[in-house]
Amino acid sequence: MGGITNSTSTGAVTASHNMGLHEEQLGGRTQQRFFSASEEENFTYPWAYEVDTNKSAEFDAADMEITDINLKIRDLMKAGHGTITVQNPRAKHSLGVGILNKLNLNFEGSLGYFGGGCTDGANIHISGRVGWSCAENMMSGTIVIEKNAGSLFGAAIRGGDLVCKGQAGARVGIDQKGGTIIVGGSVGAFTGFMMQRGRMIILGDASDNLGDSMYDGTIYVAGKIASLGVDCVETEMTDLDRRYLKGKLDLYGMAAPNGIENMIKLTSGKQLWNYDNLEASEKKLVL
Amino acid sequence: MCGIAGLIWKGGASSDIGSEMTKMLQALKHRGPDSTGFALYGKAEEGVQVLRFKVAEQEEMKTGFDIHRQVVERRAAVDTRLKELGAVVTQEEQATEYAFRYHFKFDGDLKRLIDFLEDLEGVEILSVGKALELIKDMGDATVVSEQYGIPGFVGTHAIGHTRMATESDVDIRSAHPYWAYPFNDVSVVHNGQLTNYWTMRRDLERRGHRFVSNCDSELIAVYIADAIDQGEDLESAMRRSVDVIDGVFTYLVATSDQLGMAKDAMSAKPMVLYESDEFVGLASEEVAIRSIFPHEIDTWDPYQSEVKVWAA
Repeated sequence: MGGITNSTSTGAVTASHNMGLHEEQLGGRTQQRFFSASEEENFTYPWAYEVDTNKSAEFDAADMEITDINLKIRDLMKAGHGTITVQNPRAKHSLGVGILNKLNLNFEGSLGYFGGGCTDGANIHISGRVGWSCAENMMSGTIVIEKNAGSLFGAAIRGGDLVCKGQAGARVGIDQKGGTIIVGGSVGAFTGFMMQRGRMIILGDASDNLGDSMYDGTIYVAGKIASLGVDCVETEMTDLDRRYLKGKLDLYGMAAPNGIENMIKLTSGKQLWNYDNLEASEKKLVL
Repeated sequence: MCGIAGLIWKGGASSDIGSEMTKMLQALKHRGPDSTGFALYGKAEEGVQVLRFKVAEQEEMKTGFDIHRQVVERRAAVDTRLKELGAVVTQEEQATEYAFRYHFKFDGDLKRLIDFLEDLEGVEILSVGKALELIKDMGDATVVSEQYGIPGFVGTHAIGHTRMATESDVDIRSAHPYWAYPFNDVSVVHNGQLTNYWTMRRDLERRGHRFVSNCDSELIAVYIADAIDQGEDLESAMRRSVDVIDGVFTYLVATSDQLGMAKDAMSAKPMVLYESDEFVGLASEEVAIRSIFPHEIDTWDPYQSEVKVWAA
């Protein structure tokens, strides 16, 4: 095989040699960093707070601005409060976002857009409903919503459990990259659009284009499906799936209306997996 | 990303919808600070119609040459033309230097009267109706509301709009709500972008409909007007619109006794709905509904292609 080797036959030093392009290690130019399981910094954030969940606090957010509510939550965490209750959030946007430590956060009421977004490790309970993009980019932890959710529920989440006991809007779990999304009621169009990993459990009906263009991941549906999107296919439910579903649903006190055995499992048909094929010109280079 | 809101009290009940809509739109100010518009539906007075018109744009009032004299002249010309076609003005109010509200009695051809008035330079009819009061101007909800004395307006239903201009100019002409010319009491607010605007506009223009602005949202008002003209009822016209109109949209339509909402096939634009036995509230965001109902309520997002119509 011809191709590219580390040395040239003539031995002449070219500009590319000076740039280190022929070395195995690039000369300090790479921005790639490698994960080391032993490093403490991979598991904690330097700005995360040490909190005690037995130490609780509550406040009324009725007349507070969004920034002030989030700052108040941060101040309480700084003081070591591990259980915080916020009364009257009144559907304000961006509440309970960016929490990077363990915390029991209760909202007595409804949230607006982006509620509980970008969190890592917090357990959030919302007694009302949430607007668009709840738990966007959540890394871990749990968010439980007692009523309905808006569109883009759990967009791009990477981990944790996101539970809505009512119905959710369109594009639930769009771009989901991990974790579990559970919806007790029905979901809107384009649910699971471009889903990449993780699991989604829908106990109600699914609307048009379910799982459209999904790369990977699994969707379980208990109700009726209006239509499947491109490359979303039904697949065999195994014992492992059933055990997983029972465990997850029991955890949140939920149940499939017709029993877990009648649920449908959907996954990617992988017919759209063209992105790892090399372009024609690249092939020529290798050969 | 505009903000839209609508409310209707069921069973003929009426309330201070002026203050309610002002609060709802103020809560949506962050979705569109350019202009604010109200379409309020009050009690119709027997035989009397309400005409709302403006004779200049707000921007013109600051920069226009000799504009203050022209405004007086334009209004005088409107008065003359109204008299000429036999319309009897019973009451006159001036909200701003360039915006007026007339009560008038008229039995003739309304379309002819409106065309005759709009033929005057700078004159634009905002609305004509027995129950409808359509108010729109630059500024947030509180500013417009105080300027035009909206708080305290008693009625059955209303729609409103806070605009973030994306497709056309920041002026009153391109502000919502749009009145479905020349039909009494029909108004429209819209959040989104229509992609087949020019195709549909040319089609409607060929059939004799007029467009006053280059704002894509006006298309919906003209479309509804065209449907009513052909004897279609509001709900079926709205259902058809979801298939016919391309783009992303959520819109609200109000007539003298109905309020309707429609969402596109992609469900791309937000709408939150609250419905109780006596009241229906709709808004782009729940905060708007919460501004008039601070206690806990159950709300949900309607799905794609959904069309709903409620009666007052």
